[in-house]
Order: sequence, then C-alpha cells, then structure tokens
Amino acid sequence: MVTSQVTAPVPARRPVWTRPYLLAGILAAWLVLWLIFRGQATLPLGGAELTPLHERIGAAADVIDDSRNENPLFLYFVNYIRLFIDQFVTFVQALISAPSFGRPVPVVGWLGVTGIATAVAVLYANLRVALLTAAGFASFGLLGLWRESMDTLALTLAAVVLSLAVGIPLGVWAGLSDRFERLAGPVLDFMQTMPTFVYLAPLTLFFLIGPASATVATMIYAIPPAIRITSHAIREVPPETVEAGASLGSTPWQLLAKVRLPLAKRTIIVGVNQTIMAALSMATIAALIDAPGLGKTVLKALETLDVGTSFNAGLAIVIMAIVLDRVTSAAGRRVETARRAGRARRPLWRRVQVTAVLAATAVLVYLSHVYVWAAVFPGEAGLGSHVRRAADAASQWAQANLYTYTNALKNVVTYGLLNPFEAVLTGSPWWLVLLVVTAAALVLTTVRVAVVCAACLALLVALGLWQDGMVTLAATLVATVLVMALGVVTGVWMGRDGRADRVIRPILDAGQTMPAFVYLVPILGLFGATRFTAIIAAVVYAAPVAIKLVADGVRGVPVSAVEAATAAGSSPWQVISKVQLPMARRAVALAANQGLIYVLAMVVVGGLVGAGALGYDVVSGFSQLQLRGKGLAAGLAIVVLGTMLAALTKAAARRADAAAHGRL
Amino acid sequence: MKVPRIALAGAACLLVSTVSACAGAKVGETTAAPAASGSGSSSAKQACGALNLAINPWVGYEANAAVIAYVAEKELGCTVTKKDLKEEVAWQGFSTGEVDAIVENWGHDDLKKKYIEDQKVAVEAGPTGNKGVIGWYVPPWMAEKYPDITDYKNLNKYADLFKTSESGGKGQLLDGDPSFVTNDAALVKNLDLNYKVVYAGSEAALITGFRQAETQKKPMIGYFYEPQWFLSEVKLVKVNLPAYTEGCDADAAKVACDYPPYELDKIVSRKFADAAGPAYQLVKNFTWTNDDQNLVAKYISEDKMTPEAAAEKWVTANPDKIKPWLPAS
Repeated sequence: MVTSQVTAPVPARRPVWTRPYLLAGILAAWLVLWLIFRGQATLPLGGAELTPLHERIGAAADVIDDSRNENPLFLYFVNYIRLFIDQFVTFVQALISAPSFGRPVPVVGWLGVTGIATAVAVLYANLRVALLTAAGFASFGLLGLWRESMDTLALTLAAVVLSLAVGIPLGVWAGLSDRFERLAGPVLDFMQTMPTFVYLAPLTLFFLIGPASATVATMIYAIPPAIRITSHAIREVPPETVEAGASLGSTPWQLLAKVRLPLAKRTIIVGVNQTIMAALSMATIAALIDAPGLGKTVLKALETLDVGTSFNAGLAIVIMAIVLDRVTSAAGRRVETARRAGRARRPLWRRVQVTAVLAATAVLVYLSHVYVWAAVFPGEAGLGSHVRRAADAASQWAQANLYTYTNALKNVVTYGLLNPFEAVLTGSPWWLVLLVVTAAALVLTTVRVAVVCAACLALLVALGLWQDGMVTLAATLVATVLVMALGVVTGVWMGRDGRADRVIRPILDAGQTMPAFVYLVPILGLFGATRFTAIIAAVVYAAPVAIKLVADGVRGVPVSAVEAATAAGSSPWQVISKVQLPMARRAVALAANQGLIYVLAMVVVGGLVGAGALGYDVVSGFSQLQLRGKGLAAGLAIVVLGTMLAALTKAAARRADAAAHGRL
Repeated sequence: MKVPRIALAGAACLLVSTVSACAGAKVGETTAAPAASGSGSSSAKQACGALNLAINPWVGYEANAAVIAYVAEKELGCTVTKKDLKEEVAWQGFSTGEVDAIVENWGHDDLKKKYIEDQKVAVEAGPTGNKGVIGWYVPPWMAEKYPDITDYKNLNKYADLFKTSESGGKGQLLDGDPSFVTNDAALVKNLDLNYKVVYAGSEAALITGFRQAETQKKPMIGYFYEPQWFLSEVKLVKVNLPAYTEGCDADAAKVACDYPPYELDKIVSRKFADAAGPAYQLVKNFTWTNDDQNLVAKYISEDKMTPEAAAEKWVTANPDKIKPWLPAS
C-alpha cells in the first residue's frame, strides 16, 4: 500500500494531509490497543535477574579470561601491541609530565611546554589563538594542576597520534573504496555508541592495567571521527580535478599524494580536531582503570563529594579542550586561506618569523630543562583555591535555595511527560510497540528504515532487556525533545545576534567538554536521584551540539532572503518562522540527529544518578562479576537503540533536504 | 637552523632574560629538588622491594591503603605503587600479576571463588579488623520524630512519606552503588512492604540524598553501610530488619532477613604471599578498629588532607598500634 510510494527517491506527489492523518491514526490505534492489552507481554526483568543469554555471554567472557596465558594471540600479538603502546606513552610522559631519566622532573618543564604550545599556535594558527594558548597553559599551573594537566595532555596526545596513524590511512582507503566504506560504517557506529564501561574491564585483561589499556580505550572512541572525516574529505575533492590529474598521466599514488590529499587537507584537519575532542572526553572514564591525570582528580573528589576540587579539575579539562579546539580550527582555516591565496606570500618574511619563533621556543625549552623555576610551576596556585571555594559555595547555595523550584520543575516534567510516556511504552506488549514503530517508520520514511527499526526492536527482545530498553527509550526521547527545544530557541537567537553568539559559545563549549562526573553532585542535589536528573545531565551534554548546528544553519540563510522578508514588512517572528527556520531545516534535522546520539552517549552516566534501566545495567555489569553478561547485553541494547534512532532521524533529515530542494 | 641549540639558547638567555632569571637553582641540585618518588632510587632499599596496592574507590579503603603504604615506605623501605581501580578490575589484576594486595574487601564470594578457588592466583590474608554493616537507614531527624520507624514492621505505616516521582505511588527505598550486594528487591517483596526499590546507581547519589534529607528535613530511607566517612557528618539510624541467622540468605529470591555482618578482609596475590617478603608480612598483620579507620577517613574527607598526610598524622600519633604489624625479624 504505502510501500510503492515511499520507496521512490523523491517523495511522490500526494495530498499533503495524508501523512499526518495516517500518523495520528497509528497513534490513536496504539492508545486504544494499549488500554486493552496493558501490562501483557511487557517482558520485565528484575535488577539481579539474568536470562540464559546473559549467562552465556558471561561464561564466554570467563573462557577468554582463562585462556589468556596460553592463547598464542595474546602471547605474541596483543602483548607486542601493549609493549609498543606502553613504551610510546611512557616516552611522551617522560617528556612533559613524569619524572624521567633520573631527574626529579620531566625533560621539559612548564615554561618549555607553554612555549612549545604557543609556538605551534603562532606558526599554524594566529596570534590571537597563540595568546589564548599561552594563557590556557599558564592557567593549568595557576589552578594548581600542572602535573595532572600534563598527564592528561600526554595520554591524549599519545592516543591522538596513534589514532591518526591508524585512522587517516583507513580513512583514505574508505574515501577511495565504496566497498570498504560500506563495510567500515557499521563498525565505526558500533565503536562510537557502545558505552565505554562495557569494554573497560575486559580491556585490562588484554592490555593489563596501565597506559596501554587507557590508550586503547581512548582510541576506540577517537579513531572513528578520524576515519569518517578523512573519508569524507577525500570524497569531497572535485572529480574534475582528479580527472585532470589522471589525464596528465599521474599514477594513482601521485594522484593521491599530489591532488587528493592536498585538496582534502582542510577537512582532514577538522577530523584531527574531532579526534582530539573525542580523546579528551575519555580522560575521566579512563581514570577508572588507573589512567593518570585530571580524570583521577575528578573521580577522587567525587568519593568525598568535594564539588570544588572536581570542578577545578573539570575546568582545566575544559580549558585544555578549548585551547586544542581553537588551535586546530584556526589551523584549518589558515590552510584554507593559504590555498585560496596561492603559494606562500612573502616567503622571506615567513622564514624570518619561523626562525625567530623556533629560537625563542628553544630558549624556553632549555631554561625549563635546566632551571627549577622554569621546570616546576612556581607559586602557591592561588587561583585553584579560589575556584574551589567559589564552586563549593555556588553548589551549596544552589542546593539549599533552588531545591523548591528545581523539584517542582522535575515533578512537572516527570508527571506530565515522562511518566505517561513511559507508561505507554513499558505497559504495551512488545509486539504492539514493534508494530507501531514499524508502521510509523513506513509512513514517515522508507521501507528500508522500517525494516531496520523492526529488526532493532526484535533484537532488543532477544537481548532480554525489552522493558529496560523501553524505560531508557522514553527518557532518551524526552531528553531529545528538551534538547531540540533549547537548540531551536537558543540557536535562532545566536544565529540572529552575533554578540549573543560570542557570549554563549564558550558556555556551550564548557557544557560539551566538562566531564559529567563534575556536575553529578550539584544536579543530584537539585533534582534528587531520579530519571529527570539523568535527563538533565544528557541535556547539558547534548544541547550545545544542537544549539551550535541550528545557529550555524540560521546564519547560513542568505542575507538577501531575510532582507527581502523584512522589507516586505514581516515581523521578526514571521522572519524566523517563515524564512529562517524553514530555510535552515536541514540544519535542524541534523541537530536532532546529533542531539539524539549525544543523549544516548549519556545513558550510562544517567545510570549513576537514578535513571535505572540500561544505564544501570551497564554500570552494574562493570561492578559485579555475575552481572557481566547482562552489562554487555545492555551495552548492545544501547547500540541497537542508537542504530534505530539514527536511522529514523537520518531519514527525516534526507526528507527535509529533499523538501527544501523541492521548494527552492 | 644550523646554529647549535645550546649556544643559541645560552646567547638568548643572556640577551632576553635578566640575570636573576638565568640564575636560580638548577634541576637535580640537592636543595630544590621537588618531591617525586617512585621511579629510580631504590638501591638501598632492596630488602622490601615493590608493593602494588590496589586502591578501590571509597574513602575507607583509601584510609587502610594510605596507612599501609606509609608504614611500608617509611618503616620497611618498600616502593609502593598505588593503582586506582574498581574492585572487579583490581581482582583481575591478581591474574595478570599487576596487583599485589587489596586491603579492604567486602565479601565478594563470587570473586573469591573465581580467583582463589578456580584460578588459584589469590589468597586471603586475614581480616582488617573492621566490621562492615549493611542495612537500611533513615536520617536522624526521622528517627527522632517517628521513633518506631526503626522497626521494619512499621515501615508500611510511613510508606506515604517516602513517595517520590520515581516510586510509582509506593514508598521509595533508595539503593546506591551497584558494587554492593543488594537483596532489597527480594526483601521488600518477602516482607510485604509497600515500597519500591529505586536504583540511584552511585554512592554520590546516596550521600547527596541523605545529606539533603537531614538538612532540609525531608523523608528518606535507603541502603547504606558502615564504616563510612559520611556517618561522622550525619549519624544515620539503622532500621531493624528480621535478625540475620546463619543461612537465612541462602536463597537470594527468598531472603527475608537482615544483611550478614561483614568481616572485612584482605586479599593478596598468591605470588606475593609465597614470596613472604616484609611487605606481605605487613599486609597480613595489619588490623585496626572501625574508630581508627573512621578517624583517618575523616582526615581525608572532612579535613581534606591528602591520604599521605592523613596517614602520617595517624601513624605518628599511634606508634604502638603500628609495632605489631611489622615483620618479626
């Protein structure tokens, strides 16, 4: 019936009202059937209960444990990788963070590291970013966290270098070969959506406790963006340029080295940027398996609920993220302008500049190698104690004075939105939910997507975690609705007002990079251990992405269109609702997609603050041997939910795209 | 770039910086060397060797480990490496040979079976002397206002007080970190209580909840345990469940009695025990009381001392408690 219409690449013309009416019909039927079948076949599973599948997964993990010492794969392959990574990380640490080579301090002290970082910023980015870099690195010392910051930086850099070494070649391959790209896609999705808690403990079996495990855990999360964006960059190179090169008789290798890679350079730098951000976001989680650095400070402070200390360390992570982000972004822009402007203007001036910067850096490095004052950050780190006290006071004040309001907000959202929604999802028999979702996907998207949805939900049943999956799904969708509401409102504001953008953007960066463990205690104080607290944590992390995407989309609307509408007498409200948002609908759809993925990334953190369900299952799998199999299954269930929701939102984005092009 | 770097640097040092900047203590000179131990410098202290101590993520554990590490380093000259690990990963460390000792273990019969009985990579090293208690607790203001609330038989009377947005119309019983064994769902069912177990998922969530419940006089009942540093801030009151008798918790689904008292103990790797060096003797001999641990835990949590400083303070004040721990020779 509907099939023949929706498989067409461009939606066939049909009365505009069909879709909404069909959808409303499906929802109405759902509610009626829910009333009839409520409570049947809801497949609940208690906290400590296991299904045979969970037991089998647990037993399989045990077998791997036991064969570790005999298995040749371990003895020869994994052990050598571990040795190599351990050596590499230890070397980077010896350079900047750990006492080394019989000295009480690392090879390069604070002055030298700050000098090198600033020099890199001057040479590859610009002066403004260089000043930011110098200030950022100095702040690590002023916060009293120089050593911890350098530990984090060393581990992050090592993981990034290794990720790029693996990721860029694979990305180039994926860019050149459609088959490899199709093959790699699902694997990369899996790596990005599988919660780290699931593979953290098994990793220490393979790579032992130490830098190698932490680095590999970080790489699993950081490699996918490197591969994806490199592949995208290679594919972006205009085919005409490549053909021109080929017709001049270039070999495939020459085409890659002389044509494709140089043209893809700017986008590849975006990939480097994303890889760095992903690696840095693992700093706290890696600390659970003894990775040194700021993450450890955060986790230790959480043991005694010391909000000030953990905020201080979180702030250092945010600063590091912002500095690294600005440097790589500016470097990317510079590559772009350099390419547009043609070959280096004024090579002599550039050479003088480079020489001067390098010489100054060498001096700083030398000083920091030799003299104590330049090696160990001097002073009492007064800034740190101020930050700690201020954060403590703010958190205490908020918990004491805002609770009445925050509790009311929690109750409104929970009773008004979350509980009814969850009741319908968890109260319906599983086959009803499966039918409804598949039918809705058929109406809204394509047959292929509908099949994916049905398969994902069936898998959820097979994993034995249906009801937990539905509870998590309900919270995820509510969180995404909140993220999109914030994203559209704030994004439009920022897109229309440059000053608002400049003020808000650093706050968004902080929301994205501040480890959730830092604000767990304050939000627990405000909202209690509830599902809503988990939703708030997800919104804090996911809203910035959505807001930025919407803001960029709104800014991308041609000025002429806005001016024309204003000249025609439209009110600001009309300009937004009739011109800017419709023209930015592709960006809004993308924001929904990314918002969802980011919300799902916080499911496990939600399990730490009262969300229960899949997040809690994963955390308990990490904490209790008998629950290991269930934790793994819960991790898979999160991946399955992610696959389904990503497929739905991607299809919606494509439709928005098609509609936008149809209308323009 | 052909100029030798040192010469360049030296010249620039003269040019760029003031005299005082180029002077100053040099790295490696005896006076100003900053504290940094761990790597080399062990030649004089061969006798003890290395001790790899797992640090599980709670303050009480940290107190045990800090004192043991302090004594091992100062009295025995060992090189102590602390590794921050969750319990399960720490036990795994016995099998990979990277952890020598766990110095506060709460039960964990499953791990004991796997690593002590089956894999034979770990052995028990005796109790720490700390008595662990697990149970249901209410904030002190509630115990004062509703004196009979500490008897489980009266809990249904108060269930309405504990309703929250999470508990679906029943009273909420808040559970914490999933690392701890909990029978609460079975208990609620088997004792016919009109409550629902809500899984907070972390110790931070539990403590924040209890802290607010006391300061803002809000009702709360939840799973908690002692020794725990938070109890010296808010003295939670335990609710009496039907008394524990040997074997009453044998069938997890039918449990209707309180949690057993826990003898917290120490676990070491078999290799470490077989070598029987001074560090092993120390770990094996170490015992102290709940009050001792609570004091050191208070130094760390409330007074915000580093574990090292807290250990030093306690050890200096209690030299005679240390003596029996030291190896006989």
